[in-house]
Amino acid sequence: MLTFTIRRLILSIPTLILISFVIFMLLQLAPGDPMAQVPLTVPPEVKQQMREALGLGEPVLVQYAKWLRQVFLLEPAVFIDWLTRDTLLLGWLPDTSLYNGDLRVISWQTRSPVMEIVMQRIPQTLWVVGLAYVVGILIAIPVGIYSAYRQYSVFDQAGTFVTMIGFSIPPFFTGPLLIVIFSVQLGWFPSIYDTTHVVNDWDSFMVQLSQMIMPVMVLALQITAQFSRYMRASMLDNLGQDYVRTARAKGLREAIVVNVHVLRNSMIPVVTVIALGVPAIFGGAIITENVFKVNGIGQLLITSLFANDLPMVMTLTFIFAALIVLFNLVADVLYGLLDPRIRYD
Amino acid sequence: MTEPVPASPTAIDALADDGPEAPPRSKWRDVWEQFTRHKGAVAGGAFLLFITLAVIFGPWLWTLDPQELDIRNKDLRPIYVGLWNGDAAISWAHPFGTDNLGRDMLAQMISGGRASLAVGWAAMLLSVLIGTAIGVTAGFFRRLDGLLMRLTDLFLSLPILPLLLVAVTLFRQPLRANFGPEGGMFILIVTVIGITSWMPTARIVRGDVLALKEREFVLAARSIGTTSWKIILRHLLPNVLSPIMVSATLGLATAIITESALSFLGVGFPSDYPTWGKMLADAVARMVDFPERVILPGVAISLTVLSVNYLGDGLRDALDPRLRGR
Repeated sequence: MLTFTIRRLILSIPTLILISFVIFMLLQLAPGDPMAQVPLTVPPEVKQQMREALGLGEPVLVQYAKWLRQVFLLEPAVFIDWLTRDTLLLGWLPDTSLYNGDLRVISWQTRSPVMEIVMQRIPQTLWVVGLAYVVGILIAIPVGIYSAYRQYSVFDQAGTFVTMIGFSIPPFFTGPLLIVIFSVQLGWFPSIYDTTHVVNDWDSFMVQLSQMIMPVMVLALQITAQFSRYMRASMLDNLGQDYVRTARAKGLREAIVVNVHVLRNSMIPVVTVIALGVPAIFGGAIITENVFKVNGIGQLLITSLFANDLPMVMTLTFIFAALIVLFNLVADVLYGLLDPRIRYD
Repeated sequence: MTEPVPASPTAIDALADDGPEAPPRSKWRDVWEQFTRHKGAVAGGAFLLFITLAVIFGPWLWTLDPQELDIRNKDLRPIYVGLWNGDAAISWAHPFGTDNLGRDMLAQMISGGRASLAVGWAAMLLSVLIGTAIGVTAGFFRRLDGLLMRLTDLFLSLPILPLLLVAVTLFRQPLRANFGPEGGMFILIVTVIGITSWMPTARIVRGDVLALKEREFVLAARSIGTTSWKIILRHLLPNVLSPIMVSATLGLATAIITESALSFLGVGFPSDYPTWGKMLADAVARMVDFPERVILPGVAISLTVLSVNYLGDGLRDALDPRLRGR
């Protein structure tokens, strides 16, 4: 298992480099110039220097190599420095100061390091989308279990119908619909997510809760639809197996048969699917973030795309790709760990 | 010692079959019967057929031009609003109302549906074509298998929606210049959806082909000198048709949603060219006063996708021989 994990980790490096190369080359085709806003009175040689300050004005392959160095060497160095300097977790370690002041990946919009902006945006995304993921899974698993146990019952039929609806109604429709109903007509929840809101007492916590409910519910509907289907299918596969009959025959109570024996075996594929869906937490909520004006990474990607901020787009897309590769690996390893029948070696 | 009972002639008569009791049944009739037993699938198929016919023949039945501005009749509500709101501005000339420039909503819904469904069908066909080609090649030719499957894995680990957005923003200008604003966007959107959604089809087809090509009928075909190309066309493709059809329906649903999502985010078709996603996105700003402008296209998208999903569900059950006949 360990050798398999290590082999896959090493194999994922060329994959990531290839993906980043593809994205980089794609972005090279983009029209637009970061110097377009600079006044015409600025002499060309100054413009050239400004270009170089942004890491431009060199052959494409050199730019790509520099980008690789920035992302794989400089940014981790900055991150480790930050960990040992400012965080509680590793703050007791001596300051590492690995970062030597070289040029980091610079955003064309704000002229500040891309990763700093990303780090500012990640908490909002994680809170809203991550919470939706947890809520969705918590709803989906019991629903899946019960509709498989009572297959073709009214509950199962209704569950299947709701699942289908969750699959079919896109978030850019449910979002505005919820806003009209709950913000405009009923006035229960704010329609815009206020990121600057600080939670410091019970009242502000309730405000935070009420502004999170709608985006979380929109996302949770889709997540529930997806996972309750997997859960149901997986439970159905296991309920017909011989060991279930054995467990019943030896006199175990039905609750134990279903909730312990069958559930544990049915969770194996579901857990891996849950792991595979984690990258979507970061990337897939672009539309929901846009509808509710949550300034997370999805919204950052959209704004930087429209503002032609290529380093930002490049880095964000690469982060999404890296997460997908990582969680594919996690899913494979989990599958091997949970199911003793599967051996990779 | 008992006498052996002489076999009664009537028993032998009873055992003998003088012919099959029922006429032979073809596979597709079985499939059809199983399919019609799934009520949701039948309803879904019927609705999809209805909406497809409506957007194809609608412009002949409802002859108003969706682009015609009629500023005197702007902001009309749909006629059903009159049921509970007697003061609402409604007109029988515009049953779904008009938008803020006086364009007829029904005509826009028809032409928007045309665009959405055309993109959906075209993108689905493209992705099924690529997926089948890659899947069959990878499954049949062992030497290409590793390479093609690594390619599939690579595509699967690309973040699709961000890349779609990047591709559409980057290639919009050159394609518009070459094929006109609408044609260029159509080609672009269909292509990017097609080349980012073929991977599931390819994987399923490859798996099936790998199993099928070890079967005796392929060996028999090969032993009488059939070329690989003929084996693929005559023996393999008909056998992998059912998983392809199922993944095609799912592909149609995804393509329609993806196109609407792109339009919603503002990177889809030009603003004077309605699609359902575009109409929904444009109406969100005035949703409080005119909720129907969000609800009509939204319901249209959702119902279409819902019916396609039910159709796919029914097809999967009907085409699976293990489920059929139960």
